[in-house]
Amino acid sequence: MTTTYPTDLRYTPDHEWLRAHGTAWRVGITQFAVDQLGDITLVDLPKQGDLVTKGQRFGTIESVKSVSDLYAPVSGKVIAINAQLKDSPELVNSEPYASGWMIDIEPTEKGELDDLLDPAAYRKHVAAQ
Amino acid sequence: MPGKRTPLYEIHKALGAKIIDFGGWDMPVSYPAGTIKEHKAVRAAVGLFDVTHMGEAYLRGPRARGVVDRLTSNNVAGAPVGKAVYTLLCRPSGGIVDDCIFYKRADDEYFVIVNASNQAKDLEWFREHASTTCDVDDASDRTALIAVQGPKAVAMVAALAESDLAALPSFAFADATVAGVACIAARTGYTGEDGFELACANGDAARLWSALWDKAQPLGGLPIGLGARDTLRLEAKLPLYGNDIDDDHTPLEAGLGWAVKLDGRDFLGAPALREQKAKGLQRQLAGFTIGEGERAIARHGYNIVDAGASIGVVTSGGPGISVGGAIGLAYVPVARAAAGTKLTIDCRGRSATATVVAGKFYKRPSAS
Repeated sequence: MTTTYPTDLRYTPDHEWLRAHGTAWRVGITQFAVDQLGDITLVDLPKQGDLVTKGQRFGTIESVKSVSDLYAPVSGKVIAINAQLKDSPELVNSEPYASGWMIDIEPTEKGELDDLLDPAAYRKHVAAQ
Repeated sequence: MPGKRTPLYEIHKALGAKIIDFGGWDMPVSYPAGTIKEHKAVRAAVGLFDVTHMGEAYLRGPRARGVVDRLTSNNVAGAPVGKAVYTLLCRPSGGIVDDCIFYKRADDEYFVIVNASNQAKDLEWFREHASTTCDVDDASDRTALIAVQGPKAVAMVAALAESDLAALPSFAFADATVAGVACIAARTGYTGEDGFELACANGDAARLWSALWDKAQPLGGLPIGLGARDTLRLEAKLPLYGNDIDDDHTPLEAGLGWAVKLDGRDFLGAPALREQKAKGLQRQLAGFTIGEGERAIARHGYNIVDAGASIGVVTSGGPGISVGGAIGLAYVPVARAAAGTKLTIDCRGRSATATVVAGKFYKRPSAS
């Protein structure tokens, strides 16, 4: 299970992961989310420089079967987006924790980071689904 | 609560299928290859589908022909023995009870395959309209159904058969022995590809599937889940009951007039359909495409809007895996149903422009 939910990441109950990336936090969706969605066909992301608010929609992800919202795990400024996903959304399926990343957020409310789940807590959350 | 399981359930599990509840059945929605690869395997090679959840029945007896003629919009009763006929079952209102395929085995014997979601409703409908001299035999619980679809399907199945199944024309069927298993083999499908649907006894299904899988694997074939079944049928513009057709829409509105034979016939719904035909339609099921540049996928339930008001609703929609962009079906006013008409679809608050197209989204390359 450690490869399914890497130990160097933090998680949200909405099945997103965060990894410290310079001064920002890189955000993507977890293997659990990917397994639920199936083949991903479209990822819509905010623009670089946009502000996002914790718990608010920052984008959408369309799989063959369904559409889902992406929720900001923390508030902050989007300082980078993964432009590759525009033409290669399947990267989210093949490498959700690497080339399938979505956005880098520079957090404005550092305290929000304390609300994130550690790998053990996230595994427990997934097991209860 | 565990759902109903087909005799192939353990095989699906062993193949790594993701199982979902589908109308009370535990069915594979996809296998490890994923929906997109499964879809492409059917277009390029061959796919195996477990569609045992579908319902089957026999209608038999000296008055079966009359009962079937009364129940079916298409001319099933008048078809030659050996034909498999796509038809609607209509209510007196013209609304659709179900769409199904009747196999004419004899003037006094018909085999019918109905939608899984409508099995109980259809059987009740048959019994309600069958006279005491027409026997309605529900074969659903003892019959398995495996579809083999794709450009390599016919030769593959024919090689396993004791008779010349490759000679069977489209929409014909024959009692056959495939891989030693007695089955009814029909040159039909729900994918837009050539192939067969094989009905056999539950107890033989695993043996038949395994023999087919052994042949399909080296051909680049895959087992296909319900996810790809849906994307394949939509590209071929084949309607899905409960989405595109239902009790509140008629076959004429759904563009299925080709399966409504009104001349000199008196089936359930015929007077209403004659009247609708004479008066002209108000709404029509239209196919539409959304260009890749729109980066939008319209889905079931999304509204077609004009100047802020809803003028129609999307009944099916998804990515066009073999045709690009997104595709879908929607009921729209007749004036907006002509090919080339631009439609605006409200995709969760974002407007996407769609274009009405005539005919199937995907047409298979002609075998020449």
